[in-house]
Amino acid sequence: MSFQAIRLPRRFSGSPRVLPGFGLSMGISVLFISLVLLLPMTGLFGQLAGLSLAEYWTIISDPRVVASYAVTIGAAAVAALANGVFGLLLAWVLVRYEFPGKRFLDALMDLPFALPTAVAGITLATLYAKSGWVGGLLEPLGFKVAYTWVGIALAMAFTSIPFVVRTVQPVLEDMPAEIDEAAVSLGASDGVAFRRVIMPHLWPALVTGTGLAFVRSLGEFGAVIFIAGNAPYETEITALMIFVKLQEYDFAGASAIASVVLFVSLALLLAINIWQGRFVRRLHGGRG
Amino acid sequence: MSIRLENIGKHFGATRALEPVNLDIHEGELVGLLGPSGSGKTTLLRIIAGLETPDRAGTRTPARILFGQRDVTHVHVRDRRIGFVFQHYALFRHMSVFDNVAFGLTVMPRRSRPSRGEIRARVFRLLEMVKLEHLANRYPAQLSGGQQQRVSLARALAVEPDVLLLDEPFGALDAKVRQDLRRWLRHLHEELNFTSVFVTHDQEEALELSDRVVVMSDGRIEQIDTPETLYRAPQNRFVFEFLGDVNHLEGQVHNGVLTCGDARLAVDLADGAQELLLRPHEVRLAEQPTSDCHLPVTVTAVSPIGAEVRVELAADWLAKPWLATVRHADFERLSLQRGKRLFAHPRQWHRFTDEAAGLLKPHAA
Repeated sequence: MSFQAIRLPRRFSGSPRVLPGFGLSMGISVLFISLVLLLPMTGLFGQLAGLSLAEYWTIISDPRVVASYAVTIGAAAVAALANGVFGLLLAWVLVRYEFPGKRFLDALMDLPFALPTAVAGITLATLYAKSGWVGGLLEPLGFKVAYTWVGIALAMAFTSIPFVVRTVQPVLEDMPAEIDEAAVSLGASDGVAFRRVIMPHLWPALVTGTGLAFVRSLGEFGAVIFIAGNAPYETEITALMIFVKLQEYDFAGASAIASVVLFVSLALLLAINIWQGRFVRRLHGGRG
Repeated sequence: MSIRLENIGKHFGATRALEPVNLDIHEGELVGLLGPSGSGKTTLLRIIAGLETPDRAGTRTPARILFGQRDVTHVHVRDRRIGFVFQHYALFRHMSVFDNVAFGLTVMPRRSRPSRGEIRARVFRLLEMVKLEHLANRYPAQLSGGQQQRVSLARALAVEPDVLLLDEPFGALDAKVRQDLRRWLRHLHEELNFTSVFVTHDQEEALELSDRVVVMSDGRIEQIDTPETLYRAPQNRFVFEFLGDVNHLEGQVHNGVLTCGDARLAVDLADGAQELLLRPHEVRLAEQPTSDCHLPVTVTAVSPIGAEVRVELAADWLAKPWLATVRHADFERLSLQRGKRLFAHPRQWHRFTDEAAGLLKPHAA
């Protein structure tokens, strides 16, 4: 094959750019995605191939596994919603106000990314257990956090808060202060200005951030496992079910459950992307 | 509605943005705040709007802002009944043009809010006025800059404000659109006769549009006058230099003759160092010097576009090149082109003396 033959037709390389290297950069990108993303995914589906459809269904509809779906989705939803509210507030405070320690608080936002999730899980479990500092205070009041779904949601919220803050923050920074001034000069009350002028700008970022937080929480293992208590049918999360299957050397079963998590996450991400695309098109002059 | 400002000053931290100023704006007047950036003009406008608060401490007489008889010094911007037009339009990008213009009406308290039909009628009347009724359903991102600014003007006028405030309203637009919008705003103002204040750093815009111009520099008001007075009788050197191109002639006067290198000009001034200022149209070009005036120059650039030909002149004795405007007839007669050597003759010149700061001394030469 001559060199000429493998050159991409012009229409694939987009409009001509000043900087060359479309072929090389695209090639490396595809290679990397293949090795890091596609290969493990293929492996996952390879494991599934050994199962018949009936077997697959039996595994993923096992009552204990189904109970774990409920626990995981419920706790993740609560965590994501709580993060949506507080993440928005944190981003707002970080962007709109000047206060001492602002940089520190900003850096702190990334802590859940930097901290090994297992460490976070153990810390939370010790804090909220009956003998822990916070747990010791809450227990007499009748709030049990550790080893309940509340603890699971707490751990999930901890690991996923940066997703909300870091997606909302840049959008808020880009929003000119003149927008609020315009709204208020036209007679809008603070509440109306926030609801009708500021929120519509933040919606896409907030929904994306909350969605990412939710998806992240669905798959969270390390942070949750220590505080969950892992009582069958009550506080077992889906990631734990996968882990249990793996420990029993039931690779096909583990892959089957994993594929459910994967499909749910992918479907959700796709839905958010499509919705956001429509919104953004309108802001940028499309018909939306 | 007239506007009266008393003792309005502003500090941002330790920096002084505005010295305490007083200003009276009559009902129905269109006033331009003109000055270079950092002169405090936008701060003053924002204080009138209520988007900034004037300094309180440190002034013996309190700051006051009156709209007609109404003291609005401590009135929140939303209750001041102002319309504000921003330089970058500040349109609500997620709303259609219609919703943008209707915004001020739809956020009114339920008691005073017009009915749906009335809002619709009013918005369309405004859109008709800004000639955008056919674009009511578009989103701001689908409009050109000039159209967006017209929407923002309609939006500000929708709530029938007592005063209309515009912050560099045409600053972000290109020259042609700017020209059109200026003329159009002037018409609108004549038609509706609202009191309005606008900020600009463009002298031409200020002089063309305003009934009166407030020239500001360094947080101070330098002069308040009609455009003609301002141009013909500037009170000080800053105003003179800011309002148009200026040619400088610096030299030593000895026995009634100012010399600067090989340039000579007869003047009736006392001996010593003097600086004369000339507008470009006050420079006449000729092929010969006279006994009173010997200012040899070389043409370095010619721009024959417009009503007059703009000529750039350089010479050894000049620190900065001069600019002269000549009529097209003279341009042809002198067969002006780059490199041509000529003699400049001042028709008249100006001088601002330091001791009598702010006094203009026009002289016929």
